[in-house]
Amino acid sequence: MALGLALIYGVLHIINFAHGSILMLALYAGFFLFTLGGVDPYVAVLILAPAFFAGGYLLQRYVIAPISHGRDTNVLLVTLGLSIILDNLALYLWTSNTRTIDVRYAQVFVDVGVTAVALPKLVALAAAVLIGLLFWLLMTRTDVGKAIRAVSKERQGARIVGISVEHIFAMSFGLGCAVVAIAACLLLPTFYATPQVGNAFVLIAFTTVVLGGMGSFIGALLGGLFLGVVEAYSGLLLGESLGQIGIFLIFILVLLFRPTGLFGQRAA
Amino acid sequence: MRRASLEAAVLVALGVFFLLAPLAIESRFWLGFLTTTLFFALLGQSWNILGGYGGQVSFGHAVFFGTGAYVSAVLQVRFGLDAWSSAAIAVAAGALVGAFIGALTFRYGLRGSYFALVTLAFAEVARVLVNAWDFTGSGFGMLVPMKPGAANLQFVDRTWFYYAILALVAVAYAITWRVERSRFGAYLLAIRENEDAARALGINAFRIKLAAITLSGAMAAVAGVFYIQYYLFVDSHLGYGPAMSVNALLAPLIGGPGTVLGPLIGAVALGALAELTSLLLGKAPGVNLLAFGVLLLVILRCLPNGLMGLLRGRS
Repeated sequence: MALGLALIYGVLHIINFAHGSILMLALYAGFFLFTLGGVDPYVAVLILAPAFFAGGYLLQRYVIAPISHGRDTNVLLVTLGLSIILDNLALYLWTSNTRTIDVRYAQVFVDVGVTAVALPKLVALAAAVLIGLLFWLLMTRTDVGKAIRAVSKERQGARIVGISVEHIFAMSFGLGCAVVAIAACLLLPTFYATPQVGNAFVLIAFTTVVLGGMGSFIGALLGGLFLGVVEAYSGLLLGESLGQIGIFLIFILVLLFRPTGLFGQRAA
Repeated sequence: MRRASLEAAVLVALGVFFLLAPLAIESRFWLGFLTTTLFFALLGQSWNILGGYGGQVSFGHAVFFGTGAYVSAVLQVRFGLDAWSSAAIAVAAGALVGAFIGALTFRYGLRGSYFALVTLAFAEVARVLVNAWDFTGSGFGMLVPMKPGAANLQFVDRTWFYYAILALVAVAYAITWRVERSRFGAYLLAIRENEDAARALGINAFRIKLAAITLSGAMAAVAGVFYIQYYLFVDSHLGYGPAMSVNALLAPLIGGPGTVLGPLIGAVALGALAELTSLLLGKAPGVNLLAFGVLLLVILRCLPNGLMGLLRGRS
């Protein structure tokens, strides 16, 4: 399910450490919408996706960009700082209690031939594919998508032909946040929210992207699927506590030996 | 020359303060506070050598710190080795881990964010490993039995620990000072500013970076050894968790990366900020780190050269 997350920065080349924290925020937002407002998580998508898009846009344009002075490692440090702030703000405001919601359909299982899958997981999978498709259409068919790809490939050139690089960066960051918000809504019925919940996702998402190949859309999708399989099998073979190691090892190995990823185009 | 003399004055003032502080303060609380501040100054200096001078931003410094703490603890508990030899081997192990990670990552030309992420992944691998292995205490962590005495590097009187960490910090800072003025240091700066240009000038970037990460790993392992002697306990999250990696980079970034005194000033600032926030907002969990995060952003925005940049003026 981290698929949705991963798609974004694969294409956009924004290395964002705060992504996990934004997911955490979105999970909490979904949780509070459900408990206080009685809004179903799937309906909450309609509220949270635009809200997080706007939030992400403003964050990139007025916080991250000015602070990082345009340097790659600085972006990493700024987003790290942001994630520290968000995580601990959540810890301060909402304590470290695990929050879950109870929806009727979480217990509905669907028979998919080999095994029975909980309905929300099936919905999430379908939605991830759907979002992936929409995203692909956005990137290839619209002006914004073209501009985003142009900026990620050749920043100077894009500026020369009249694209506002700052605006596009902020747009793509907002898009990333919106997708994260959608992912949170999809996760919520079968998942939980704690201030630390996002941390686990950051490296997994990075790994997916790196594995699939930076900038490759299909790669990120397949990378996500592949990682899911690895995670399941290393958990099965090595036991619960050692199982998490698989993802990190793959991450290291891919970066060392195949930095363009399995499906990435060779860097010129 | 004015700014050099200003720095010297700050150094002397800090030195006198830290030397005499235990004589003036009675409370164990403040002694502990100063000890932890110096501990973070040591850990920060280790990061600073690689990240501040060499420009290789590490997000996984816990891998060196944890190795120092764990190797020392395992040797003492599982093999019955004395604390001094364990400490020496642990520091060597830290250097070795540094050399290993450096050889792999720099050999394959990882730079910038990729280097940062790979170091983080290494730390996570180590964390999962020690957490899964009974030999390293698995989920329970390693507890070193209490046996006070100089031979065991354990002291009932906490003042001894204080002077021990002060001496370690002094040595680490002297080393850094020497590095800064050496040819090696100049090469490191050249690589930070522009690796390709440095290479074109005939600098063997791979070897210089390897030396820097080895030195950095050894220094972080020293911090780990001190940690295990001081607290007599380490578990996978304390040793290899991302929190320690963040601790390692906060002090130098806030104090001033690539300066000798930066990590110390950063550690003092962070310690003071932590006390201030718990005074103002109470001891709620997360408040300290919240303030650290805000401070980090403010510093990155306004003072990219850290607090040392203030001291040196805008040159």
